[in-house]
Amino acid sequence: MIMNLVVRQVVQVLFVIVAAPLLAGWIRQCRAWLANRVGAGLLQPYRELSKLLRKQPIVAHEASVLFVATPYILFTTMVVAGAMVPMITTRLPLAGAADVIALAGVFALARIFAALAAMDLGTAFGSMGARRAMLVGFLAEPALLMVLFTPALISGSTSLVVIVRQLAHHGAMLYPSMAFAAAAYVMVTLAENARLPVDNPDTHLELTMIHEAMNLEYSGRYLALIEWASAIKLFVYIGIGAALFFPWGITQSHGLAALPMAYALLVAKLAAAGGGLAVIETLFAKLRLFRVPEFLGTAFLLAVLGLLVRYLFGH
Amino acid sequence: MTPWSSPIDLLAALFLLVAFAMLSQRRLANLITLYAWQGTILTFSIAIVAYATDSAHLYASALLTGLLKILLVPALLRRLARRLDVQWDRESLVQIPTVMLIGLGLVIFAFNAALPIAAAGHIANHAIVGIALASVLLSLLMMILRATALSQVIGFLALENSLIFVATSVTYGMPMVIEFGIALDVIVGIFILGVFFFHIREQFDSLDINHIERRED
Repeated sequence: MIMNLVVRQVVQVLFVIVAAPLLAGWIRQCRAWLANRVGAGLLQPYRELSKLLRKQPIVAHEASVLFVATPYILFTTMVVAGAMVPMITTRLPLAGAADVIALAGVFALARIFAALAAMDLGTAFGSMGARRAMLVGFLAEPALLMVLFTPALISGSTSLVVIVRQLAHHGAMLYPSMAFAAAAYVMVTLAENARLPVDNPDTHLELTMIHEAMNLEYSGRYLALIEWASAIKLFVYIGIGAALFFPWGITQSHGLAALPMAYALLVAKLAAAGGGLAVIETLFAKLRLFRVPEFLGTAFLLAVLGLLVRYLFGH
Repeated sequence: MTPWSSPIDLLAALFLLVAFAMLSQRRLANLITLYAWQGTILTFSIAIVAYATDSAHLYASALLTGLLKILLVPALLRRLARRLDVQWDRESLVQIPTVMLIGLGLVIFAFNAALPIAAAGHIANHAIVGIALASVLLSLLMMILRATALSQVIGFLALENSLIFVATSVTYGMPMVIEFGIALDVIVGIFILGVFFFHIREQFDSLDINHIERRED
């Protein structure tokens, strides 16, 4: 029995770590197709990571321990977050370790360390990127929490496992209030993962970059870890979204027999979400930084509307 | 009606979502697209009610709504916007967060106003009434806040959509004659307003309502 649980947990963590760059590659490939380009292939992120891992990292003389430790902290927090989300099965040993609010806290921890490390060297771009990331983060976090409160109200618990069980019981049809939460969650996901309407992940343009500005001083394996961590972050965000809004297919049985099917469904959900993300990123232009509060304010209000609709319908 | 009330609830929520999206949309071309989406949701909800109550005239109504509000009216509006060359104009409206907050206040008001109806117990689905009332108020808010004539007209059409939505979802449709009458009114209204817009622009060089007000004094 214990063996069974450990196997589930280890397999999920390994799956998250290994498949995250593939998801990033899939999104890039979809964007390339939509822009009528050939694209670099699904495996390009792995090639980049292996090359970066082999390169010699260069660290500035003024860098403190914080600067060197941060890539490891980012990677670990994201893996921990990936271990706690019931993406495949609700019978996950670590899933009970933290509820959704603690999960938001784990993401906040990673963000604070990323910002501190970017400010560590005192370069202009690093500080600027850190400040912008904190601006986006402090606007996105309340919206994320409001989004999570709607399913928490429906299921009467903030634990993701209980939420998934309750929502899966309801069937394939979304609750009306969850439609609002889903719209808000998509907006928060775009902002938190430095995707296009808020931040362009492909450019190093000085005036607009947020996420890239924080990584400018990193190289070699440190940069590889940071890139990998952000790929895992996107993976986990989509995983949470799939658990909240499309909980069907997440197995609730004890046996291992249902797992392959659950993995296949998760891959299908991830592929669909990645394609959708690519469409959004192709259709929308990047917002000016001063429009970002407006964007995330809209997300927050939509989440509040979800709560209101939940009270109106009473279910 | 019980197995079909949950898709209608979901469609009602989506209807409100689109109303909010229209409120926060700055560009006219996107506004017209959102109007077409609202028409799509409306058509689906009428079709579901038609299937649930097994009434032929509601199927006809769904077909009429679909043709009119997904295809015809958006196409007419697009052509109008293109000929007036205003489709990519940006609305100079109040700050969007402020507008959204006002909208949220209206939604809370509408939901509270719908609760006594539930207490009276005449209507099975009071939540739909609340959402439709909220959509009506949001459309009115849009008409008040927009500066150009064409987007005010879209606000008016969204208002009409909300009324049809509540009529079909709560009372399972109006008599066929009335629905035909409304459909005809909408088309005639669009044609007349289209002619009107050209006159407004010839007279005042702009579709901005503020210009017209300034000219008069």
